[in-house]
Amino acid sequence: MIQAIKKGRTIIFIVFLLFIWELIVQFAQIPQWLLPAPSAIIIEAVQSYKAFLPHVFASVQLALLGLAIGIIFGLSVAVLLHRSAMIRELFYPILIVSQNVPVLVLAPLLIIWFGFGLLPKLIIICLVCFFPIVIAAMDGFRQTSPELKHYFEMIGATKAQTFWKLEWPYAYPAIFSGIKIAATYSVMGAVIAEWLGAKKGIGVYMTLAQSSFRTDRVFMAIFAIVLLSLLLFSGIRVLEKLVVKGRGLHAEHSRHS
Amino acid sequence: MLNIQGIHKSFGSLQVINNLSFEVKEGEFVAIIGPSGSGKSTLFQLIGGISTLDGGAILLDEEDIQLKRGTIGYMPQQPCLLPWRTILENVTIVEELQQQPHIEQAQAWLEKVGLAQFENAYPNALSGGMQQRVSFIRAIVSDKPILCLDEPFSALDEFTRLEMQAWLLSIWEQHRKSILFVTHNIEEALFLADRILVLTKRPATIKEEMIVPFERPRSEGIRHSAKFYALKQQLFNYLKEEKDDAYVD
Repeated sequence: MIQAIKKGRTIIFIVFLLFIWELIVQFAQIPQWLLPAPSAIIIEAVQSYKAFLPHVFASVQLALLGLAIGIIFGLSVAVLLHRSAMIRELFYPILIVSQNVPVLVLAPLLIIWFGFGLLPKLIIICLVCFFPIVIAAMDGFRQTSPELKHYFEMIGATKAQTFWKLEWPYAYPAIFSGIKIAATYSVMGAVIAEWLGAKKGIGVYMTLAQSSFRTDRVFMAIFAIVLLSLLLFSGIRVLEKLVVKGRGLHAEHSRHS
Repeated sequence: MLNIQGIHKSFGSLQVINNLSFEVKEGEFVAIIGPSGSGKSTLFQLIGGISTLDGGAILLDEEDIQLKRGTIGYMPQQPCLLPWRTILENVTIVEELQQQPHIEQAQAWLEKVGLAQFENAYPNALSGGMQQRVSFIRAIVSDKPILCLDEPFSALDEFTRLEMQAWLLSIWEQHRKSILFVTHNIEEALFLADRILVLTKRPATIKEEMIVPFERPRSEGIRHSAKFYALKQQLFNYLKEEKDDAYVD
């Protein structure tokens, strides 16, 4: 009940901000190519959604595919780094340092190496997605309670059994935290990837809109990106509720709302 | 049954266990009490096979179990239930590590101790005392020749602890599985055990051995008998001597 009221408040506040925006644009008579009013953006959205939707689907497809590969790749790396001290010592510092290289500067390189096809785009999304997953999963594995680990030793579990039956499920809430962050990044990654060259996608739509000074369409694309990220985020939350069982408290902690 | 033969254990220059020997016979309930930090948990790590012996031997049914894990049934201080598994899945975990678990047998045990209704519940739905009951059933269902209980009730409140002692006693008196029970609660040891071993302070060895004279099946009533008080006082004095010595050091 209280939560519903709070959510209602947030929505009312957002509507209020949009209203202020509308007022400022109307009164200051800002030209539409500079900053369109929310009403103009909505009208444009209603008029041109048919042309816009295929771009959205293309981006969603790209983002989901990239996210899926990022999750698989990220979890594999996390498991490897966690289970082998030698690999961890060698690669963990490199992994951290590599995150200081902005993905945007890598993009031209990826295009030189792999062309304009699907591969360089997936690599970009994968690069932005996998890091939060690796870090979250490794933290989750490490935080396994020492009492439970000791118990597993006492009942004669092998290293592999301790990992797959204890540390791996123990890390679920942490892993889902990582995936939620990665999911929001994946949409951004997809748009960036599309800027570099694609036939379809929100990124392409934005570039076209921008070069013809259709600022209203740029905003439409931005809202679409925000909406998609939120949708993905809540989709993963639903999945989390299905997978993470018996841990009301932990699940509560790992929520980002 | 379980034979501890003159074992030694040190961590670096710190000698924790010195020439400790005792035996737990088939169907016997043995309690070990000792001052805190007297190496009780080290003893369990040695029996559980996760720590190496510096000398001596540990035999279970004539077989050397040094560094052999998973040969004993174990119940730790904390319930250590896995939150993502149902009660039934938790109870069968030990068997699951080695073979196909006997689900029916586990169900029968839960039924017997009145936990059947929680079979498909997750541990967070159970109180601390209930979780410890599940933990004990898990140790029994693991189907090992001996159960090692490591201060199993020390994290519970006083009332739940008394309840759990009576519960454990009633189950044990029906089944008579060998139990090695570590505790720092004198009354608990007296109420439950056939025999009590008092450890010295570090390095631990056997200070005294007491055969508990109460008949079985025991009732709550014995807690209030004069004999119970006298034995309790005697054990208390043994422990106090060790404590005093420790201060002199």
